[in-house]
Order: sequence, then C-alpha cells, then structure tokens
Amino acid sequence: MGNALQQEDTTKKNSTLLGADELVINMGPQHPSTHGVLRVKLKLDGERVRATECVIGYLHRGVEKIAEHRTYQQFAPYVDRMDYVAAVSNGLGYCETVEKLLSVEAPPRARVIRTILTELQRIASHLVWLGTHALDIGALTPLFYCFREREEILKIFEKYCGARLTTHAFRIGGLQYEAYDGFEKDVERFCKNFERRIQDYVDLLTGNSIWIGRTRNVGVLSAADCIALGASGPVLRASGVKWDLRKAQPYAAYEQYQFDIPTGTNGDTYDRYMVRMEEMRQSRLICLQAIEKIPEGPILGKVGKVLKPAAGEVYHSIEAPKGILGYYIVSDGTTQPYRVRIRPPSFVNLQALDKMVRGHLVADVVAIIGTLDIVLGEVDR
Amino acid sequence: MADESKPPQSPESSKPEAPPTSPAQPPAPKSAAPPAPPGAAKPTPPPPKAPPPVQVALENDLTKRYHHRFGAAILDALEDRKQPYLVIDSAQLADIARYSRDEEKFDLLEDYTAVDWPRRDKRFDLIAILYSFPHNTRLRLKIPIAETERPASLVEFWPTANWLEREIFDMFGIAFAGHPDLKRILLPDEWQGHPLRKDYDILRQDTAWIRENLGIESGQ
Repeated sequence: MGNALQQEDTTKKNSTLLGADELVINMGPQHPSTHGVLRVKLKLDGERVRATECVIGYLHRGVEKIAEHRTYQQFAPYVDRMDYVAAVSNGLGYCETVEKLLSVEAPPRARVIRTILTELQRIASHLVWLGTHALDIGALTPLFYCFREREEILKIFEKYCGARLTTHAFRIGGLQYEAYDGFEKDVERFCKNFERRIQDYVDLLTGNSIWIGRTRNVGVLSAADCIALGASGPVLRASGVKWDLRKAQPYAAYEQYQFDIPTGTNGDTYDRYMVRMEEMRQSRLICLQAIEKIPEGPILGKVGKVLKPAAGEVYHSIEAPKGILGYYIVSDGTTQPYRVRIRPPSFVNLQALDKMVRGHLVADVVAIIGTLDIVLGEVDR
Repeated sequence: MADESKPPQSPESSKPEAPPTSPAQPPAPKSAAPPAPPGAAKPTPPPPKAPPPVQVALENDLTKRYHHRFGAAILDALEDRKQPYLVIDSAQLADIARYSRDEEKFDLLEDYTAVDWPRRDKRFDLIAILYSFPHNTRLRLKIPIAETERPASLVEFWPTANWLEREIFDMFGIAFAGHPDLKRILLPDEWQGHPLRKDYDILRQDTAWIRENLGIESGQ
C-alpha cells in the first residue's frame, strides 16, 4: 500500500480526495500566517506538500489603472499603499522614475535625506519581517522587541512628515519638508541603540536550536533558480549572489557610502534570516555615515508645478527591502502618465513559493511564506 | 469587443487619447516648443528653443550584433533618455529571447508588461525588460502585436514570465502561445473584460459577477 502510494503520487496530478492519495486543502485567505489575504491551495500527501497553487488578487485595487487617471503628483501617494510597511522605498522609486522621465535630478541635500529615510525604512521593514516570521515559527518574544524598535523609526517619520505608515515623504524633484531640528540627533540615537538591540535578537534566535531546526534546509533556492524565477533582494543574496542595485546601479546618494552586501551560501530560510539581519546592520552604518555630513542647499529641484514630461518612456528600479522594485512609465506628453507599470518584488518572489515548499511539511509552508517577506498589498496592487 | 471607439467619458477619464503612432515609432513629442503662458504678457517672447529629440537612433556593438543576427526582425533600435530598446518582430520573439538569454547573457527577465495603443494597427506593445548580471546592463525589447495575435510565451526561457504573462493576459487579454497555465491571476477567473485596455473605463466593472458572487448591487 505504501509503495503503491509513492509510485502513484508523482504521476497522478489532479486526483482528488476520492483518489485517496492526495488531499487538497486551502490555506487562507484568512489565515494569520499568510501575512494578509493570500490563499494557497496545498496538495498534500499526508503531511508532505506535493504541489501548491497561489490564489492572489484579493487586495487588487487597480493601482496601475488609477495611475492613468491622475497627474504625476497626484499618483505619488498611491504607491505608498502597495508595500505599506515600506512606503518610503516605494515613494523613492516612483519619484526617481518620474525625475528620470523629466530628465531632472534631485539636489544633493534631498538625495542624502532620502537615503537616510529609505535606509531607516529598510530597517523598519525588516523588523516587521523578523517579528512576524519568528512569530509564525513559534517564537513570540521577538515580535515585541522588533515593534519597539520600529516604533522609534516611525516616530522619526512622524516628526519628519507627520505620517507614520503611508508617509508620502518625497516629492518629485526632491523633498517638500526640510529635516526638522534634531533630525540627525534622533537618527543617531536610534542607530546607537539599535546596535545593542540587534544583539538581543541574535541572542534570541541565531543560536537557538529550535529556530535552527525550523529554518535550516527549509525552502532551499539555488542561485540559478532565483535568477530564473526572478527572485530578488535578500532571497537572491541568500543564495550566494552578491548583487544589490544600490551597488550595481547606484541611485539616491548610495555611491557615497561604504557598505557590504551580505550573502548566504545555502539559500535556505536560515541564510535569508542571516542576510536580512546583516542588512539591518549595514543600513544602520549607512545612516550613521549619511548624518555625518548632510550637504547644505535646496531640497527641491526646479520641476515646476505642472509636470509634462516629453513623450517617451523610462524604466527605473531600486533595491527595495523586498527586492527589485521597478517602475516603467510611458508619457504621451500630457500631465497624466499614459501607462504606469509597477514591478513589485513581492509578486515575483511569491512565484518561487511552489518550488520552495515542494517536499516540505505543512508547517514549513508557514516558515517559507514568512521568509519570502511578502506584502499582499504589493502582490495584488 | 475589438472596437476602437472612445470609452464613455467620465469626469475621471477626461484624458485625451495618445496620438496614433506607427508600430515602430514611440510617440512623437506633441509640440516642439511650449507655448508662452497666456497670462504672462512679457515684452520679449522667450526664445523658441526646440528640445532635443528624446528618442534617438541607437547604434552600438550590441545593436549591431542583433541586426547582424536577426536582420529585418529588428525593426528599430532606439534610445530614450539613455535607455536602449529594440523594437522587434513578434514572429521572431522566441528566437530573439533565446539569443538574448544565451548569447547576450541577459539572464534576468526583470519585468514583462504591455501597453495599449488602441488606434494603432498593431494595438499592443509588449515590453520585456532584460537585465544582464555579468554586464550589469539593461535592454528593453518592445514587441508590437496585433489584437488577435498570440505571441510566443517566454516561460521556456525565463520561468519568471509565468505569472507576468498571466498578469498581461488578465489585464490586456493577450493570450500567449505555449504558456503552461494561462489564466487570470489578479481578477476572478470568470471576470469579463481586461481593465488595463484603454477602452475599459476606470469606473467600469463586471456588475453581473459582483451581483452573483458578492451579493451586492455594485462594488462602488
């Protein structure tokens, strides 16, 4: 009986419960560990996952369609609502793309402040990932620590622009707001504290045998698989590809700062954890370097109130916390974009889920969804 | 279905249609020099300075190799704001994709999407954004296709195209030949219409589907 099952289950693809060798169950859309409204159809053989199918779109709002009916400035707040735990990064990508379309550049001061805020946002985004990922796997404590630190970053955002989550921090051509008095001090204080705090997480998780048991060799993705599937960001780096858009094609002010690109070797969940932890340390270093010398000068370039980019198109992508975030904008010479395409890192990374979970246990699916660090607002747009 | 009629104009969609363009050409700039603002009665009119053309023909080693290899299938090689792109014949899409990946080392299909130009003969542009890790360069392929055409799927060359092509199918109704599992991805399977087409009004929805499945009169 057992042998017969094993021989059959690879050949029978679409058998149902009545086939008795494969059970199809739903995970989600309302499931706390799917990080939003993701539905995964699991085809199971006992506890083993044979195949999966993702059902997405529950949060689809038609962001790209909306963009065609707004002016360039009006659309900027919408991008904050895609990856809502990294709104600043989304805004940076959008503003820089429109600036390229207009062939203007933000002033140096604006670019440095943008870099600081974006790196703080990367830390905040990784903290949300760390807290929820550990929670999914069964470690309750890190969540509270992570959200404590994230709160400090959100306070800086709040003092800077009045908003905490969907910040709309940047404007096309630069910044609307000057850095507030004591901005550098706040960032410095956060960075100083954060060094010890990271050590707390490391103490809680890195050497923890339960953590290692749940993450090592789980959801392995080779470098070739990552590139073929388009997976980017920490997922790609954990597979050993030393590649980061901040280094490969620097934008904002990244070319001025020293930082490392952490990589893993196995491409498993543990490596992705290590890569993201190190990325937070590197982001902290970038912030510390940047606040040392914020150049003086204007914060908003000359872009005018009515934006009418010459007809044409431009593609620009940045290294968002979750991977390559790209914008492709076509202008027809009017004040509204003719087409805005957003290349969301979560959407493309989620495609790797099927490859990663095959052969693993149901409980590992939760760990693997967590390690992909998806945000459904961005997957569905 | 295949009409080119203007969609009903709602206040939200009062945007003018883009000028019709030939398949090989990107939209031309509408006016060379911006007209003087009506309110500003300046004694000296601003000197008419024509902006340099945004799209310029591109010729470098890369485009030469493509031209040499594929000849007439490379319809055009252009550069827009320093970003190169090739306009290619959809019939040769698979060959050019294989060549780009294997010979030119564009190993990552960074993005794949479409743009609707309803007044054109070939209604859609498929846009493939390729990235090469070894060379750290990008190249855009622009593939004009007619509405009824079924372009070759790129899943065979870049598996990441799977979901990207499903999204294009969902949003534009372009069916890819040879796609392993072509169905909608973001909208429900039974939904009628393809929202990112220009003749799909922003306020339009599949009311029948909403009534049947959500039990409400309207989704708005």
